[in-house]
Amino acid sequence: MIRFLKIIFLLIFLSSNAFAGSDGDLELSKKSKSTKDCFEPLNRATFALNQGLDKAILKPVAKGYRSLPAPIKKGTGNVLSNLSTLITIPNNVLQGDIKLAAINTGRLVVNTTLGILGIFDPASEMGFPKYVKEDYGQTLGAWGVGPGCYLVLPVLGPSSIRDTAGMFINVMGGDPYYNISVNGNNEYLDGKLFAATKMLSGVEFRANNIESLDNLEKNSVDFYASVRSLYTQDRENKIKNIERGSIEVIYKEDGDWEEIDTK
Amino acid sequence: MKRIFIFNLFYIILFANFNIAYPISPDVFIQSTVNRASQVLSENISKEEKINKLKVIAKETVDIRGVGFYSLGSARKDLNDEQKDTYSNLFEDYFLKSFSSRLAEYTNPEIEVKSKQIINNNYTIVNSVLIATIERPEVKIDWRVYTKNPNNPLIRDLIIEGLSLARTQKEEFSSILNSNDDDINSLFKILEEFSNN
Repeated sequence: MIRFLKIIFLLIFLSSNAFAGSDGDLELSKKSKSTKDCFEPLNRATFALNQGLDKAILKPVAKGYRSLPAPIKKGTGNVLSNLSTLITIPNNVLQGDIKLAAINTGRLVVNTTLGILGIFDPASEMGFPKYVKEDYGQTLGAWGVGPGCYLVLPVLGPSSIRDTAGMFINVMGGDPYYNISVNGNNEYLDGKLFAATKMLSGVEFRANNIESLDNLEKNSVDFYASVRSLYTQDRENKIKNIERGSIEVIYKEDGDWEEIDTK
Repeated sequence: MKRIFIFNLFYIILFANFNIAYPISPDVFIQSTVNRASQVLSENISKEEKINKLKVIAKETVDIRGVGFYSLGSARKDLNDEQKDTYSNLFEDYFLKSFSSRLAEYTNPEIEVKSKQIINNNYTIVNSVLIATIERPEVKIDWRVYTKNPNNPLIRDLIIEGLSLARTQKEEFSSILNSNDDDINSLFKILEEFSNN
């Protein structure tokens, strides 16, 4: 209960910053909600470090993961997706989407039981709507908190002050899986398993994006800026729950496009 | 007399028709463009030849100059005519190399146009999907089609799973300019190096 209150307090504190009047670069919210790269030199250095780690460790591991039989990869992806539902459900509630929270709870129950700890996805076969992940960074965004400065975290990669704050909420009790495995007192789950799960999520993401990231790197004149742009766009879409380039997103840049017409 | 009149009328209609360019629906335009590209990619020719053929398609169907100036953002307002021409040429080389080598990695991609949304007289968004294969899931691709001249629609942006390539390009160029005291020559140099490598 105390943990739950802590999360609510932290979320309210962070979201209240969205309305505080401040012109500092470090504020979480700007009227334009644009992502500023306040720590660019440091971010670029961390990005270079991450690229080194990626080439030496993550990419080879991801390639190895890719060579696993398809059913194993599918099952692993399903388990990770099922675990992420534990974070998605409270965020559905915090964003006021009680119906979706109920649907995702049903999905979690079905997949954890009938789907044998999430290895299979019978919920989708039963006609549950497509699962969309939510996190505390998205909830803060949905509450009006701007992204703040762009950050590149060592190992973890692109983020923003808001999204990093969202990650802290996970370890402060917002992630039930973390609570049970790290803080819980049971013989089946522990911190190592939690860490392994998170690493596996990273490997899975990398394995799914080997060609696209290679292609992007090869054809970018500033790979760091391309990744920053794609991360920013992706988060904007997720906060607005936009799956594809909707009119809303497309109109955002229309002023600039219209100006091109007159040239 | 009546025969001559009909004969003349026939010729008038025939020649008039030759001079009429018919508007092309943006979704038909996209489907035909992707079909052309797909055909090239499935041909049994070298990668080099594929790239050259894709460049021809891109030149015909993409508003490269428009995309280039959009990518430059507000910096385009500070360019003189000579710099604009230099930039246009450099951007075209950069774009064609980058675009065709990205696309050449795919073998026979199957893209299906699903729907279209008319934004205004100048723009229509065409929604399509890259059909899933065993190796990758379905990918949603939206196309921003510039329809100011309905007889000659042109592609201005690709939005892949909600991520705009033109916006990414613009932010990339902006970052280069910011890191080089807004010196346009630094961008010219980088584009030239990319195209020559």
